[in-house]
Amino acid sequence: MTAGSPLLQASNLHTWFELRQWGFLRVGSVRAVDGVNFALARGESVAFVGESGCGKSSLARTLLGLHRPTRGEVTFDGEELSTLKGKARQRYLARVGYVQQDPFGALPPFMDVRRLLNEPLIIHGVRDPAAREERIRRVLEEVRLTRVDEILSKFPHMLSGGQQQRIVIARALLLEPAMIIADEPVSMLDASVRVEILNLLRNIQRERELTLAFITHDLSTVRHFADRIFVMYAGRIVEQAPVDELLDHPQHPYTQSLLAAIADVDADNALEERDVPGGEPPSLLNPPPGCRFHPRCPKAIAGTCDVREPPRFAPREGHYSDCWLHDERHGS
Amino acid sequence: MTDATETLLRVEDLRLHYQTRRGVARAVDGVSFDLRRNEALVILGESGCGKSSLAKALMRVLPRNVQHFGGHVMLGETDIMALNDERFRREIQWNRIALVMQAAMNALNPVVRVGEQVAEPLRVHRGWSKERALERVAETFRKVGVSTDFIQRYPFELSGGMRQRVVLAMALVTEPDLVILDEPTSALDVLTQAAIMNVLKRIKRDEGTSFILITHDVATSSELADRVALMYAGQIVEFSDARQFFHDPAHPYSKMLMDSVPRLHQPEAPGHIPGEPPDLINPPAGCRFADRCPSRFERCDRDPDAFSLDERRRVRCWLHEGEDA
Ligand SMILES: Nc1ncnc2c1ncn2[C@@H]1O[C@H](COP(=O)(O)OP(=O)(O)O)[C@@H](O)[C@H]1O
Ligand SMILES: Nc1ncnc2c1ncn2[C@@H]1O[C@H](COP(=O)(O)OP(=O)(O)O)[C@@H](O)[C@H]1O
Ligand SMILES: [Mg+2]
Ligand SMILES: [Mg+2]
Repeated sequence: MTAGSPLLQASNLHTWFELRQWGFLRVGSVRAVDGVNFALARGESVAFVGESGCGKSSLARTLLGLHRPTRGEVTFDGEELSTLKGKARQRYLARVGYVQQDPFGALPPFMDVRRLLNEPLIIHGVRDPAAREERIRRVLEEVRLTRVDEILSKFPHMLSGGQQQRIVIARALLLEPAMIIADEPVSMLDASVRVEILNLLRNIQRERELTLAFITHDLSTVRHFADRIFVMYAGRIVEQAPVDELLDHPQHPYTQSLLAAIADVDADNALEERDVPGGEPPSLLNPPPGCRFHPRCPKAIAGTCDVREPPRFAPREGHYSDCWLHDERHGS
Repeated sequence: MTDATETLLRVEDLRLHYQTRRGVARAVDGVSFDLRRNEALVILGESGCGKSSLAKALMRVLPRNVQHFGGHVMLGETDIMALNDERFRREIQWNRIALVMQAAMNALNPVVRVGEQVAEPLRVHRGWSKERALERVAETFRKVGVSTDFIQRYPFELSGGMRQRVVLAMALVTEPDLVILDEPTSALDVLTQAAIMNVLKRIKRDEGTSFILITHDVATSSELADRVALMYAGQIVEFSDARQFFHDPAHPYSKMLMDSVPRLHQPEAPGHIPGEPPDLINPPAGCRFADRCPSRFERCDRDPDAFSLDERRRVRCWLHEGEDA
């Protein structure tokens, strides 16, 4: 593959979950991912930002091949994911590391760290125990764990949340991935260790020239840890741009609300109420017609936003937003 | 009419130690502070530093393995540590101090309608009739922004944000003097968090309620705080006015913590605090933060006093010795 081609591409991607009552009666589909398009370049770090339930984890799991898309496709290094079988699929899973939200849930509780880090190497055919030990020690150093001998003999519950997440990251790195998908890697951790883990991921991404897809619901952390941002709402990407451009010139009313809800720390924050759009994200079983944000949008245009789905506009260079306000006919 | 600057709560040398198999865990280890009426005090600190234990000690909801529980707590004119359990339950719990426990929104009874659950403190602690209690519940629901139609709903029918408002209503329904909130928004989304913080600001303004808000998140703390108490390993290391704490923190730990806060409009990346907090079972003899402190010097091998920098600011750090007011 040429260096210029994207590493991963999602085209018209849909992941719907069938909802059944009593196990057989079809009630409808939860449209967790509902028409998503993007391409990730080699070596870039992107953030997917959105509220819980907007489909971030479903998207991550679809990219990992853990859910089969209902429609559309994912290609990785030019190969379409759904065509990969057996060994080829194994190889794909080694090339895409997965760091999940809950590090404790991601680690087998009955294995000590040495054993749980040996496991993936054994599965992927590293037979020589000394070679495995060597690689394990190298990645533990890379994730900045000190007192390695002590850590290797511990079980997951004996480690702090930050240490557990470092082990999860180490495990993902062992197989020399080209990409890492980190699904809210710090949301279960204390504020004081979040920055440390995010810095670690960012440095590893730069040093190894990995592609990093970093999922979060917290816009305040993305500036330093991503090159580009995708904002998701109700199963869709509603806005995308390079990180500074998006944070400094948000275009979509949803992104604007998210940014208005967070303020940099200041004693005056306690004195004023924040502007928060009313209501809650829509049901993905029955999303509203038109723009999915229109029932909560302070700028919704009656007769347009509640009727027609907004196409993608480019209100600024390299900055895309799916919102009718950018349509010239509405004179934004 | 009460004086707005009147002290509501005065806590002195509060201790709560647990018996564990490995030894005694000093979760709350000599905590002192005071709170005025209609003030919001934020207790800030990393997980495991004793924030929830402090809340439980104030509300006297204690686990069975308590090894030592002591100190002085004055609520208005009442020495509440001197009350026996029976009187404490009858007079203080829910009536004058209410506590929203960490993750309470996930602990609602799934088979009881939320209206009845919110009415419970009135029925149990005040002996009110169901009708009278439900009327008050409706009033409280309006204050916290929950539709009164929800009185008849079950918890699973409500979103996370609505359930959090419901447990908040439960704490407010008896109109207590002091409401303690343990990590009330940590599990919620940004927009829902902001909406809940708006509700708290409104209640504080309109009802004159006093709050102790517990969180590990500095950004959240700034949405309500009049004053900040930073905890570290079972102790308060800095107690300051919110403005001073956020803009000119005094303790080295406070400074590092403030530097680690991600800021949307700041070009530099945030810093972090290396290392881990000490074990509460055998905390180091001197300053508990010394191992991670960039300003450590010989004196730090001895336990520092809490030095008062001015009338309302105390810092537990040898660097401030002699600045004592
Ligand atoms: N395996 C599944 N089966 C059915 N519904 C699911 C499944 N996984 C997720 N969902 C639903 O899809 C929607 C999106 O969920 P998710 O992808 O977890 O969002 P996020 O990660 O942004 O919180 C939610 O309504 C969720 O309940
Ligand atoms: N019932 C208990 N028995 C023994 N140790 C406990 C108990 N409850 C809490 N602890 C310990 O006390 C310390 C403080 O806990 P906690 O008050 O929950 O802190 P925080 O709320 O700041 O995370 C922790 O080390 C915790 O493991
Ligand atoms: Mg998720
Ligand atoms: Mg706690």
